[in-house]
Amino acid sequence: MNIRCAIVYATLFATLLASTLSRATPPPLDANPVILIQNATILTVSHGTMENGSILIKDGKIAEVGPSIKAPAGARVIDAAGQFVMPGIIDCHSHIAIEGGVNEGSVSVSSIANIAEVLDSEDVDIYRDLAGGVTTANILHGSANAIGGQTIVIKLRWGQPASKLPFEGAVPGIKFALGENPKRSNFSIPGQPKRYPATRMGVEETIRGAFTEARDYKNSWEAYRKRVSAGEKNVLPPRRDLRLEPLVEVLDGKRYVHAHCYREDEILMLLRVAKEFGFKVRTLQHVLEGYKVADEIAAAGVGASTFSDWWAYKVEAYDAIPYNTALLTKRGVVVSVNSDDAAEATHLNQEAAKAMKFGGLTHDEALKLVTINPAMQLGIEKRVGSIDVGKDADLVIYNHDPLSAYAVAQKTIVDGRVLFDRDKDIADRAALEKEKQDLLAKEKKAEAKKPDEKKPDTSKKPENKPEVKPDDKPKPPSNAVKRDSGEDTTASRTGGAQ
Amino acid sequence: MGDTSVSRLFIIYGAVICSLGAPIRCNAQQPPSVYAITHAKIVTLTGRPIEDGTLIIKDGKIAAVGAGVDVPAGAQIIDGKGLQVYPGLFDPVTQMGVSEIGAVSATVDSSETGAYNPDVIAATAVLPSSQHIPVTRAAGITEVLAVPGSGGFDFSGNRSVIGGQASAFHLAGWTMEDMQIKRSVAMVLNWPQIQTRTFDFATFTRKEKPYADAKQEYEKQVNELTDLMDRARHYAQAIGHGGPSDFERDVKLEALAPVVRGQLPMLVFANHARDIRNAVEFCEKQKLKMILAGGAEAYKVKDLLRSRGIPVVLGPVLSNPDEEDDPYDRMLSQPAELSQAGVKFAIGSFDNSFARRLGQNAANAISHGLSYDEGLKAVTLYPAQIFGLADQFGTLETGKTANVIVTNGDPLELTTDVKYLFIKGQLTSTDNKQKRLYEKYLNRPKP
Repeated sequence: MNIRCAIVYATLFATLLASTLSRATPPPLDANPVILIQNATILTVSHGTMENGSILIKDGKIAEVGPSIKAPAGARVIDAAGQFVMPGIIDCHSHIAIEGGVNEGSVSVSSIANIAEVLDSEDVDIYRDLAGGVTTANILHGSANAIGGQTIVIKLRWGQPASKLPFEGAVPGIKFALGENPKRSNFSIPGQPKRYPATRMGVEETIRGAFTEARDYKNSWEAYRKRVSAGEKNVLPPRRDLRLEPLVEVLDGKRYVHAHCYREDEILMLLRVAKEFGFKVRTLQHVLEGYKVADEIAAAGVGASTFSDWWAYKVEAYDAIPYNTALLTKRGVVVSVNSDDAAEATHLNQEAAKAMKFGGLTHDEALKLVTINPAMQLGIEKRVGSIDVGKDADLVIYNHDPLSAYAVAQKTIVDGRVLFDRDKDIADRAALEKEKQDLLAKEKKAEAKKPDEKKPDTSKKPENKPEVKPDDKPKPPSNAVKRDSGEDTTASRTGGAQ
Repeated sequence: MGDTSVSRLFIIYGAVICSLGAPIRCNAQQPPSVYAITHAKIVTLTGRPIEDGTLIIKDGKIAAVGAGVDVPAGAQIIDGKGLQVYPGLFDPVTQMGVSEIGAVSATVDSSETGAYNPDVIAATAVLPSSQHIPVTRAAGITEVLAVPGSGGFDFSGNRSVIGGQASAFHLAGWTMEDMQIKRSVAMVLNWPQIQTRTFDFATFTRKEKPYADAKQEYEKQVNELTDLMDRARHYAQAIGHGGPSDFERDVKLEALAPVVRGQLPMLVFANHARDIRNAVEFCEKQKLKMILAGGAEAYKVKDLLRSRGIPVVLGPVLSNPDEEDDPYDRMLSQPAELSQAGVKFAIGSFDNSFARRLGQNAANAISHGLSYDEGLKAVTLYPAQIFGLADQFGTLETGKTANVIVTNGDPLELTTDVKYLFIKGQLTSTDNKQKRLYEKYLNRPKP
């Protein structure tokens, strides 16, 4: 694609995106719609299933849940007869809404990088995941570093700017990674030396080394503050270290550790290191061999966020079993099922259901894997994760039991606003397609016209006209190409950062 | 591998295959060769389900199926009350047995290096003891195709145009001779793309090139391919005429001979509408029998596909569309759209680890407008038909190979269990590595 073509494309894309946005633009922020969902099967997660129930939504919160609620004046009534309402799905491991690369792979401790600074509110995957019932996601860096970047929990507030995405009050996190990815087993860059660490031993020492520094750094600041508060004058503060500050927050319990891991040995390694430095690991991510050390994970009070049935894509995933979720749950670990992938996130309800088949979790237990459990893991369970009065009105309405392969999300509500509506999405398609075709036609016309635009000079000065030689004729557009879709096809789909 | 040796080995190994199966009712010396599944709901896929039916399996085949069928003396009876009987699922695109651990090249034999490898055959490199096989059949999948070179790249990221020959086999057996259904069912062609953006594996960076260059490269590839097919055609004519001494043998051209004769279909991997159109035009000109694989944008060329009678093996429907402004459910609703347009299609997993999601993918197509019957056929009968194996597979009919599953519900639903599984008429275990690890660690004493 040449540059001109690229620019045309970029403009076209921006316009198309704008129109995509219009599909789901929520009401203005000051309008807080009152919504009453009626006649639904309500899967509360916290207190069982209610048949033929109603949910009243006011000011973005769940105002009332009961067998029959009278519609307040002006309320929008959603008749959900024959449909199921569940809490919005919480994806504890996501890489959507990130501008540019997900990995800062140059160093083994990249805690200085912060995902909050590169949130992309226009990533269409936000909308697609909403359409799959996801309302909250834990946005993480990739797994190139033993200690990775700072992470953030967002709500999928499609249509709002990046500044509005962060989940207010959610504890920020940091990504750790153990095993094959930080030691870079499966790829090397020719001509470049291997980066330390290259073994699981080195991964441990990278983490220990960083936390040793962080502990010293923390102590030096505490000593400084002590001296200042004791009234000492002219004390020089320690030099700030933006790489160590997030680790101090981890030591202070103000930042959650979300650790990518696979093998049983590395899981125990991290738990030992955490104990040594006195911090807690909040969640073990992927944790595909977690079932081998379930009791140790339970005893450490660490959450496990895993895949439903992924396996064998690399050596450390070869002993992965789809029973991991159920076995860990039975041993007392708080478990969630996550996506790590924008497409996988669109059917997390189905992925949770697999724990009923593999290991025999109950319907309620399976539902928790994508609702209250990830909420607990992210420390946001007082706000989301179940259908209870006072909680955020983050809800999904399905046409079937969401733990069925035949369930299709009909409406997704975030903060009491319907941000995805399947009927509306389908109804708007013809208009969107027309808009796209009109834009394409306009673009084509503009391109065809372009040569003429050089003419005004000559047309304004007809006296010059005879001097125009055949070779001076504007050239036809060199890129008279078909553009039905993809000359810019990428070589591969994003494989997530698993 | 001649047919005689295959059938001889069938007999030898047929006797012992059941030790792979559940220890129950299975005797290593003399496996029961007659089974009767009684009082089950039987979904034959040839008409309405039989509510209280009996299915008889004898000597590896379905001997009888119906409501009032007598149970032969000596038959092993499986009480199917409350259970349902279906043909085993058929996954038409996998790397089963030819790729064990994706990230470890030593365990991956799915893509040969070099762009043109028509002579390589998947069956050669299928590892019968692959852990993927028992895991996959536990999901009710009884036969698959292993498709070589289908990713369009070899392990080092080099382009693959003709990937080799796909093989069909049963998901049970001691050796490939045991498992093989048909050694060569299709030739794999990765339709060249006009790629301006590529990933350079040597430097691990994305590379951009001008459209004109990309197009030129594309044309060069198509010309190369055309030239190869022309040479294969001449070669095939030569084989048909003179004696073997009259021409120089060429294994690659020889492998393409059945393709240019229209005997072996070309399984063409293409996703974008333009690529599909170009591939159709090419196959038409070359008089090849084409099967489209992938087909992410098949809906855009549905009329073309229908009018040319080109069947499609769709990739997983549980995926996001390529284009940002596509409807979010584009991939999910495509099967219904193709079905309505009269395009014949099957659904494939295009994977090993996710092969067990085959039924889930079909269910998601059904929830987005495809009829249940068509959805189930897309993972049973249609793959069999598309690859010319419907005389043996895809429905429960007398005389067909007894690849049969007995379930406690809809085989496409997430929570359904396969209670009994028959491959070549043998009761075959659904035990696998993952179940064993689960049981082992479930019983781990408290530390």
